[in-house]
Amino acid sequence: MRAAANLEKYHLNRRKIIVSALILLVGIVDLLFFMRGTQGMQSTFVLTSQRAGVEISAPDLVLPTGTTLLVLGIVVIAVAIWNLLRRDERDTLAIAMVSALVIVAFLIWATRGKSLNLTGMLVSSLVRATPIALAAMSGLYSERSGVVNIGIEGMMLIGSFTSVVMASVSGNLFLGVIAGILAGMLFGWLHGVLSIKYRVDQIVSGTGIIILSLGMTSYLQRSVLNLYPELNQPGSVIAAFPIPGLYKIPVIGPLLFNQSPIIYALFILLIVTRILMYQTRWGLRTRSVGEHPKAADTLGINVFRTRYVSVLISGAIAGLAGAYMSIGAAGRFNEGMSAGKGFLGLAAMIFGNWNPGGAFLGALIFGFFDSWQEKLSILQVGIPVDLLGMAPYIATMIVLAGLIGRSRMPAADGQPYKKE
Amino acid sequence: MCSLSEEQKSSQTEDVKVDEQLEDVSGKGLFVSLRVPFLSVFTGLLIGAIIIAVSNAEVVAAWKNLFQDPIGALSLTWITVRDAYVALFEGSFGNPKTIVQAIGVWRDTGETRAVLDALRPISESLVISTPYIFAGLAVALGFRGGLFNIGAEGQLFVGGLASAFIGYAIKGLPAYIHLPLALLAGISAGAIWGAIPGYLKARTGAHEVINTIMMNYIAFRLTDFLLSGPMARPDGLPITPEIAPSAYIPALLPKPVRIHYGFFIALGAAFLVYWFLWKTTSGLEIRMVGANPRAAKYAGVKISKNIVLAMGLSGALAGLAGANQVLGVDHRMVRAFSTGYGFDAIALALLGNSHPVGVVLASLLFGFLRGGAARMQSMAGVPVEIIRIIQGMVIIFVAAPAIIRGLYRLKEFRSEEAVLSRGWGS
Repeated sequence: MRAAANLEKYHLNRRKIIVSALILLVGIVDLLFFMRGTQGMQSTFVLTSQRAGVEISAPDLVLPTGTTLLVLGIVVIAVAIWNLLRRDERDTLAIAMVSALVIVAFLIWATRGKSLNLTGMLVSSLVRATPIALAAMSGLYSERSGVVNIGIEGMMLIGSFTSVVMASVSGNLFLGVIAGILAGMLFGWLHGVLSIKYRVDQIVSGTGIIILSLGMTSYLQRSVLNLYPELNQPGSVIAAFPIPGLYKIPVIGPLLFNQSPIIYALFILLIVTRILMYQTRWGLRTRSVGEHPKAADTLGINVFRTRYVSVLISGAIAGLAGAYMSIGAAGRFNEGMSAGKGFLGLAAMIFGNWNPGGAFLGALIFGFFDSWQEKLSILQVGIPVDLLGMAPYIATMIVLAGLIGRSRMPAADGQPYKKE
Repeated sequence: MCSLSEEQKSSQTEDVKVDEQLEDVSGKGLFVSLRVPFLSVFTGLLIGAIIIAVSNAEVVAAWKNLFQDPIGALSLTWITVRDAYVALFEGSFGNPKTIVQAIGVWRDTGETRAVLDALRPISESLVISTPYIFAGLAVALGFRGGLFNIGAEGQLFVGGLASAFIGYAIKGLPAYIHLPLALLAGISAGAIWGAIPGYLKARTGAHEVINTIMMNYIAFRLTDFLLSGPMARPDGLPITPEIAPSAYIPALLPKPVRIHYGFFIALGAAFLVYWFLWKTTSGLEIRMVGANPRAAKYAGVKISKNIVLAMGLSGALAGLAGANQVLGVDHRMVRAFSTGYGFDAIALALLGNSHPVGVVLASLLFGFLRGGAARMQSMAGVPVEIIRIIQGMVIIFVAAPAIIRGLYRLKEFRSEEAVLSRGWGS
């Protein structure tokens, strides 16, 4: 009894002790396993970026492998002790810190005696995160108004296809992007008609849209694009647009200020969404429709119109994501090229608890692991590529289970509204 | 669980009504409840016909001369569409004339070869339907428990891997031990793959939608890894060695007809799922949790236990789909052994109203469409993807009966309403 009372006094419970012990174990593994044989070795991180023929030089970051790992291991152990003594029941912060530390330690260990272009890795993480982040924003708009949109995957495909064809026909990439956005909106509207007007189950409607657009784009590619290959040749991809002055800053310049205009659009979208959702009347109304449509209706908000607008915006962003995949990156349309990115976007959105910032962070984690798998296979760490490739997915599951716990979605998400 | 709003409550009472009606589908009720799905398929095929015509260069050229030669344009359109659908029909069911002739030859001379050849299309369609039934049941069972299992594809992969391993690694067992063992391996692997997201949901509340998607990718990577090394054939090709014949699911008819007893195992599984969900206490509990978790909790049902159970069983069925493909069709594990059965399964469960009978019917429909599509591609030059367009249309029409009712001026009938899965399934 007394022991239990003592435990309570220090805010200790079984979970907390287990989590702290696990963190401690991670620290010891780091010290014993990773540090072995790394004395006197160096990990070189190249910060100079060479993108599109522009070199932005920065001094290399050279770390003594053994010593750095020692420091990181001690920090991890410190976090374990701190977590145990902290007067807060949650372990989320500690888990997040340790996850980040472990990733850094692993990267330093894998680079021992070699060199890795860190700037290049960060840039490719952002590039890979972009379609996922756009998909997450697409889902966010729709779901904040109470319409689940799992059809993003399909809307991305349609957007991707349309933008390639339009860009090839007109020879204008900008028109291609516009066409992709419009195509996405068309399917967003279809989702709206089905789920708002006909009150079809939203998951069903989304699944139908995925199957329909996967079939349509593949069918059209085989029956039209393969016969007229010139329709699948936009000629070039959207070029990176260096922002004058800023793009020359080492590391940050190539990462943030020398990117595709669509990535800038994503940054703007993140900020605008944040303001729109939480600081404007429109955002408040949209969220209230997503939380309690009946109450919103009683107060004179047009539930149907609000939901239609949100679903159209959602479709437009998904179309933009599709355009980014084809004329923004690959330079052509390939069958099924969205390859689950729409779903990953939804995962990022739920990870971010239906908030723009969190969703973007989730997308960045996916993007980072995507590029880390590629870089580590170049570094030849002795772990099969396919097993390394599991890392982002396992990390997502751990994070969802430990970090976020019960996510709080819009209360009326997924429920058709019927006016009485 | 947040508080339930009015709409949700009313949708749940509708669910219960649908259940009652599904339990005694008889006579007129059956006819009426099949009316919308039938018309949906019909309309889907009609739209497919338009797409086939529009994407055919010759037909488009003929339509440009519509005013000079209207009959030519119309007849060319008709011939194009007819050829495509005749090929689809013959590809899925076989040519009726050939079948009759072959049976005649068999009766006269005792020669079975022609009969077998004539039966091949229908057998192929049933072979495709079989994994659809298993996977469709998997997703349907999840829906009944209020869970959205998008992970059937991954569960199918690990099921295939496990049964392939038992199939080739163990030799010298009699078939009556080896085959059940291999099936059991597939079932267990799938069950574990499904139960992990279930456990995470029950313990931490993490979304099963996300976690099953993640488990899919992990399964694909695991397959790549195992097939590129530990489980690869000695010559290094990314396929496993062939399984021992004692682990084969026996074929029903001699080669080249591939239909095997897996189809009947699938029908048996459908019956078991029906029996489990509607005739056992465990099944009732799962359905209670699915219909209204709060009410179930007040009734003393353990929600966590039932979530893990439902996801585990769902995974087991999907794993069985993988085992069926490996043990009955391919006899080895290949990376491309599934053409997206697990993803199509979501559509099947929706189309079949998450009811075993509906799932079997929907699986047969998809199986026959897919079976015929290959012939349509080779004979009429229509890409197989047209089938996906038709599938997508059918799902939308079945889900929105109002569209079909409007098109065909039908009166509303209660039992036409579909079972609603709820949002993210939480």
